[in-house]
Amino acid sequence: MKEKSLIDLLHDVQESNPKNYVSKDLAKKVAETSNLSLSKVYGVATFYTMFSVTQRGKHIIRVCRSLSCHLANGESILNKLKEVLGIDIGETTSDGEFTLEESSCLGMCSIAPSMMIDDVPFGNLKEEDIEGIIKKFKEGAL
Amino acid sequence: MKIYRIHALICAGAQCIAAGGNGFEDALKDELKKHELLKEVNIIETGCMGSCQLGPLMAVYPEGVIYTKLKPEDAKEIVEEHFLKGRAVKRLMWKEKETVLPSLSEIPFFAKQTKIVLRNCGIINPEDINEYIAQGGYEALGKALTEMTREDVIQVVKDSGLRGRGGAGFPTGKKWQLAYEQDSPIKYIVCNADEGDPGAYMNRSVLEGDPHSVLEGMTIAGYAIGAQKGFIYVRAEYPLAVKRLEIAIKQAKQAGLLGKNILGTNFSFDIELRIGAGAFVCGEETALINSIEGKRGEPRKKPPFPVQKGVFGFPTVINNVETLANIPVIIEKGAKFFRSFGTEKSPGTKVFALAGKVNITGLVEVPLGTPLRTIIYDIGGGIPEGHSFKAAQTGGPSGGVIPSQYIDVPMDYESLTSLGAIMGSGGLIVMDETSCMVDVAKFFLKFTVDESCGKCTPCREGTRQMLNILERITSGKGQMEDLELLEKLGNTIKLASLCGLGQTAPNPVLTTLRYFRDEYIAHIKDKKCPSNVCKLSSEVKNERKVFNRSSS
Amino acid sequence: MDKIKSIEDLRKLREQAKAFLRTRQGEVKVKIYISMGTVGIAAGSRDVLLAILDELQKRNFTDVQIIERGSMGLDVEEPVVGVDRDGVVVYYGHVAPEMARQIVASHVINGQIISDWVIAKE
Repeated sequence: MKEKSLIDLLHDVQESNPKNYVSKDLAKKVAETSNLSLSKVYGVATFYTMFSVTQRGKHIIRVCRSLSCHLANGESILNKLKEVLGIDIGETTSDGEFTLEESSCLGMCSIAPSMMIDDVPFGNLKEEDIEGIIKKFKEGAL
Repeated sequence: MKIYRIHALICAGAQCIAAGGNGFEDALKDELKKHELLKEVNIIETGCMGSCQLGPLMAVYPEGVIYTKLKPEDAKEIVEEHFLKGRAVKRLMWKEKETVLPSLSEIPFFAKQTKIVLRNCGIINPEDINEYIAQGGYEALGKALTEMTREDVIQVVKDSGLRGRGGAGFPTGKKWQLAYEQDSPIKYIVCNADEGDPGAYMNRSVLEGDPHSVLEGMTIAGYAIGAQKGFIYVRAEYPLAVKRLEIAIKQAKQAGLLGKNILGTNFSFDIELRIGAGAFVCGEETALINSIEGKRGEPRKKPPFPVQKGVFGFPTVINNVETLANIPVIIEKGAKFFRSFGTEKSPGTKVFALAGKVNITGLVEVPLGTPLRTIIYDIGGGIPEGHSFKAAQTGGPSGGVIPSQYIDVPMDYESLTSLGAIMGSGGLIVMDETSCMVDVAKFFLKFTVDESCGKCTPCREGTRQMLNILERITSGKGQMEDLELLEKLGNTIKLASLCGLGQTAPNPVLTTLRYFRDEYIAHIKDKKCPSNVCKLSSEVKNERKVFNRSSS
Repeated sequence: MDKIKSIEDLRKLREQAKAFLRTRQGEVKVKIYISMGTVGIAAGSRDVLLAILDELQKRNFTDVQIIERGSMGLDVEEPVVGVDRDGVVVYYGHVAPEMARQIVASHVINGQIISDWVIAKE
């Protein structure tokens, strides 16, 4: 049972792809190594929200949409992100830097509203923080 | 050696210099020269004394007087009054604030808590197994393996009355017993760390703050049921928890607390991490099994139950993180100790994630049966900005709301169920009068519609229809019949869905209908949202106006 | 780390670990605890940690150990920093990087507690 599960393999290939998605070629490769049909691989890849079969940005922004963030006016943070990045949920900026996504809950309810960019969590967000955070990421400071 | 009458220590730390420290020193020297005191007063430049917000400062000995926030023009007064006449300049003296610092256990947030699960969180370095061992960690495992039979271990857990902390509250000892009775060469322990309930994050906190307590609990469980291997299924949204678990597993293996022949006994046990990929339904145990196997996380029919046929078809015990973190304490201190907290039917403690409209948010561990009021007011410090408590939401999208008339409800499994809410995994979101209950219900339903895996029709289609109705109501197009329709649909979905997700999905709607029906009616009849949250469309209002005019 | 082969070994190790932690406390003058769970980091504890490291370096103070911990649960106060000096642990709340620098200067190096920022002691 030491071999990796299909989900592990998909995580691996997606992480190795700078465009942050499971491309058709990668999916084929996974199908070969795991001895599964391509449809099985796609079945799993499309079931889980953290896998994408379409091209994404270098950084994935996940905005928390849980009730606590909702009560703490998380909507305004999302709108500010849309404004700063010039994209809607599910879209990628034209420079290929950011993809904006939603998460059902990031578990930072006590410091709502919150978001994560890649593995970095942010809480107690204010609208005016957003621009600075995005800038830092662009510059690779975080 | 020169003997000085007075020693004046002037802070010459970087910050004091920045604050003008040098200017004062020069002025002081000038004044001393004027009064020919340079031979009597020894000026010493010290490093930073640390009270930079008070700087520049000067300490004068032998009296030990401390002057703060000195300006060059103060030099004259100090020299003439203090150095010449021996009268300290009170105006410039540092006044020590007489503050007595409270200890952690005295501040209200901690005073009413009982820490069993969170016993080490925030107190030890989670990346150092030695700190866990120094706190008595792995002692329970040692006791179980060397002094207790497998049957003894199960008996103690049964006697403790510990119930699953993931939400359903199934007796843990009984689950272990069922798995123990299975005749199979291979068995598994799974730790469910797929904490997906919006509003709950206590499992992550345990994994990040005290990962070894979970590993120890799992290993004890493995010994009891006869498993050789455990999986921890963590959601991918918790990268730090994954990292700390990886470190903890590695250290436990190096120490021989995982692996072959643990503590010199013939018991061997290993733990492997499995990372999720973002699917709420995987918190449901049969869906979780599929996901561990690398498949789509769709739930399976029960029976067979996981204790009969679980991961890869072998008997599997699935326990929640918090449940497992309780195990070492129960084994070490006994069932009686554990039962000294909580109620007869719900012994022990529960961790709640206190969030929403409450002054102090955070993780709170209290004995089961603690009144909701104690959590919100004594621990949480009440509702902010002069607002009043309206309702608390427990159990996330599977739970319901507790209205203000039940604020004294004891927080235990049965009491919450009787109100139509559930314990769930411990999310506790407080709402005040600015929160619209129809909006809250809609919010959770949106969530379940998104997260429904789509396998069974009642959940997939039913929740969508309920959401449609709610959207109608919150946009001002609702009908009174919609309320009955919601209840009918909700009850059908509860009965007919395949797994726990669907079976509980209507709860937020049904409880808000039960306790806040008037708010629904206000949306429908008056086309108004009493809390001013829902934006009822203006066209509707106009239509109504026209209608009123023509009907009058 | 050597394998622990029996419960006696485990108990011996526990005493050693306890003693080790005690002496470590004795070896350095000050320990700084930083709450580095997800909530702490999201509230800014990483910047606080960097400020502390920078300030210690600026002041050339090395008699200190920095330890990352999980969350105490008091999330509303994050980032939380504990200073273990002179036998008392003092926890500060809502620590911003600039505050952290002052805590280093006042409390860590000079033993002066900044009581206005204190949550509680231990």
